[in-house]
Amino acid sequence: MLEIKNLHVKLEAEDKAILKGVDLTIEPGKVHAIMGPNGSGKSTLSYVLSGRDGYEVTEGEATLDGVDILEMEPEERAAAGLFLAFQYPVEIPGVGNMTFLRTAVNAQRKARGQDEMSAAEFLKVIREKAKTLQIDADMLKRPVNVGFSGGEKKRNEILQMAMLEPKMCILDETDSGLDVDAMKLVSDGVNALRDAGRSFLVITHYQRLLDHIKPDVVHIMADGRIIKTGGPDLALEVEKNGYADLLAEAGAA
Amino acid sequence: MAKAELKQDATEARIAALDMPKGGKWIAATRAEALARLRAMGLPARRDEYWRYTRPDTLTQADAPAAALFDAKEAPVFGSVDRLRIVFVDGVFDAAASDDLTMSGVEIERLQTASGADIHWAKDLYGVLEARGQKPVDRPLAALNSAFATDGVLIRVTGQAAKPVSLIYTHASETSDAILHHVVKLEKGAELTLLENGPAAARFNKVLEVDVADGARFHHIRAQGRDHERRAATHVFARLGTESQFKSFTLTVNGVLTRNEAVIELTGDDAVAHIAGAAMGDGAFHHDDTVFITHDAVNCESRQVFKKVLRNGAVGVFQGKILVKEGAQKTDGYQISQSLLLDGDSQFLAKPELEIYADDVACSHGSTSGAIDMDALYYLRSRGVPKKEATDLLVLSFLAEAVDEIEDEGLREEIVSRLTGWLARRGN
Repeated sequence: MLEIKNLHVKLEAEDKAILKGVDLTIEPGKVHAIMGPNGSGKSTLSYVLSGRDGYEVTEGEATLDGVDILEMEPEERAAAGLFLAFQYPVEIPGVGNMTFLRTAVNAQRKARGQDEMSAAEFLKVIREKAKTLQIDADMLKRPVNVGFSGGEKKRNEILQMAMLEPKMCILDETDSGLDVDAMKLVSDGVNALRDAGRSFLVITHYQRLLDHIKPDVVHIMADGRIIKTGGPDLALEVEKNGYADLLAEAGAA
Repeated sequence: MAKAELKQDATEARIAALDMPKGGKWIAATRAEALARLRAMGLPARRDEYWRYTRPDTLTQADAPAAALFDAKEAPVFGSVDRLRIVFVDGVFDAAASDDLTMSGVEIERLQTASGADIHWAKDLYGVLEARGQKPVDRPLAALNSAFATDGVLIRVTGQAAKPVSLIYTHASETSDAILHHVVKLEKGAELTLLENGPAAARFNKVLEVDVADGARFHHIRAQGRDHERRAATHVFARLGTESQFKSFTLTVNGVLTRNEAVIELTGDDAVAHIAGAAMGDGAFHHDDTVFITHDAVNCESRQVFKKVLRNGAVGVFQGKILVKEGAQKTDGYQISQSLLLDGDSQFLAKPELEIYADDVACSHGSTSGAIDMDALYYLRSRGVPKKEATDLLVLSFLAEAVDEIEDEGLREEIVSRLTGWLARRGN
C-alpha cells in the first residue's frame, strides 16, 4: 500500500533537516502506529506525504500502490486515495461544512472519472455517517470547523474520512484535545472504516489511543528516523518507561 | 488663489458643456439651487481630501472618455426575477423595452414627465436629501446631478409593492454621458425592492434619493455593469424614519472607475440601515466605496460590510464613517471593510472613521487586507479539491458576509451566480 524508502526532508525556508532517512512499509488492511517524542518528525512525515508546501524532499521516495506520490499535487494524492486527518483542522469561515464535503467528494470522483454524486444521494449518505459520529444537522450547516470544539473538529475529520473513503488514512494526533468520551467516538468511527483494503498510519504521543484503535505494528520515531519497530507491546512499553531507554538504546546502536 | 481659480474654471467648463433641462416651477427652482451649490463647492479636484484615493478628473471633465461596449455571453442578471422593468439606454428612457409603469402599491413617474408639472410631491425630496448630504462633506457631483439630470424615475410607495422595480441601464454608445436622478418615497409601513443593473453609459452620474418613512422597508440590490471601460459616480442619499429599514447591496465586477457614495441619515428611533458591497476587480479597475452614516436617533443600528477581491493591479478604496450625534444613545454601529489581494500588484486603501458624541453606544470597525489563506487552501486541496476550485471557494467565502446581506434568497442566488461566473472566466 504505502511504501516509504530512505525519506530525507528539510524545511524549504531554512537549512534544517527534519526527516533523516525514514523507511516504512504499510501493507493493505494494516494499522501502523508511530509514536515518538516532540520534534521527532512525526507530523512532518504526515505533511510531506499529503503534500503541504514548505518542505523539500532531498532524498528517498514514497509510493502509494507503487505510484510515486511525492511529485503529485495535494489534490492528486487525495484522489489517489490518501487522506490526512489533521492535528489542527483548519477553520474556513464562509464555506458551509456540507458544501465543503460535497465539493471534495465530487472533485475526487471527477478526478477518478466517476460521475458526481447527486445532491439527494449525497444527503442520504452524509446523514447516515454523521449520525454514527454524533454530528448533528447544525454542525453540517455551519462553516467548516468554525466555532467547533476540539472534539467536534476531530469528529468532523473522521466524517470527511468516512465520506471520502480513502485507502490510506493518516491520523495525525487525532487524540489530542479529546476527552475520554470523544476519543471513544472518534476511535469507533475509525474502527468502522477498517477493512482489508484500507490501511492506517496512526500518529500519536500516547498509548491510550491505541487501546481503542488496535495497531498491528508500532514504530518509534526519534530525530527523523524510525528507531524501533515492534508489536502492540512496544506501545505499552513506552507508556510504562517513557522514551528515554529507547533513545539511549538507539543512540548506543 | 490659483488653485481655487483652476477649480472654478474646470467647474465652469463642465457646466458650459451641459444643458439644464426645462421644467415646471417646482423643479426649475430646485435645479437652480443645485447649480448654485455646485458653483459654491466647485467640482472635485485631485487635491481634495475626500478624493485623495480616487482621481476625479475623468468624472469631472467636460467630455466622457470613450468606453468600448462589452459583449457579455451570459444573460443579464435578475433574469429569473418577476419584476417591473424600466429600461434606460445610455440614460435615455426606452418605453418600448420597459414594462407598463403601473403596479399596485406603487406610483411610478418619469422625472422628465413629472418635471412639466408646477407642483409635485417630489419637490420635498428631489435635491433636498442631496443638499442635506452636502454637510459636512461636499459632494459636488451629486449637486451637478440634481441640476442637470435629464431623466430618472420618481417612485412613491404607498403599500406593499407587488414586485420589485428593476432599473436596467443599457450601454449602446461608446461616448455616452448619462445623468439620471431617481427619487423613492416610501410612505409609512410601505415596502419596496429596487433592483438596478447594467453599465448605463460610457460615463454615468446617478443620484438616488430615498425617504423611508416610519415603519417602511426599502431593499436595494444593484449589479453594476461589466463593461471594462465604463466609469460611474453614484450617490445614494437616504433618510430613515422610526422603525424603518434600509438595506442596500452592490455588486461591482469590472469598470475602469467606480465611485459609489452612500449618505444615510437615521432620524427616527429604532431604525436599521445596512449597506454592503462586493467588488471583484481584475486589471484596470478602480473601485471606491465612500459611506457616511449619521445616527441622529435612539437605538438605531447601522451596518457596513464591504469586501473587495483584487488582482492584476486592481485598486480598491473604502472611506466609511459613522457619526453618532449627541443624544443618539444605544446606537449599534458596525463597519467592516476587507480586501482579498490575489497578487502583489493590487492595492486596497481604507479610511474607516468613527465620530461619536453620545456616551452609551456600541460601535466597532475593522479593516483588513490579505491574501488567500494558505492553510485553508492546503486543507481543501488535501481533500481532493483542485487548486483553482479551492481558491474560488475561498474567494466566495471571503465575499459571503457581504452577499449574505441580501435577504431574499432568489436575489442572493442571482448575485452569487454572477460571482461564480466571474471566477469561472478568470484564469488561474
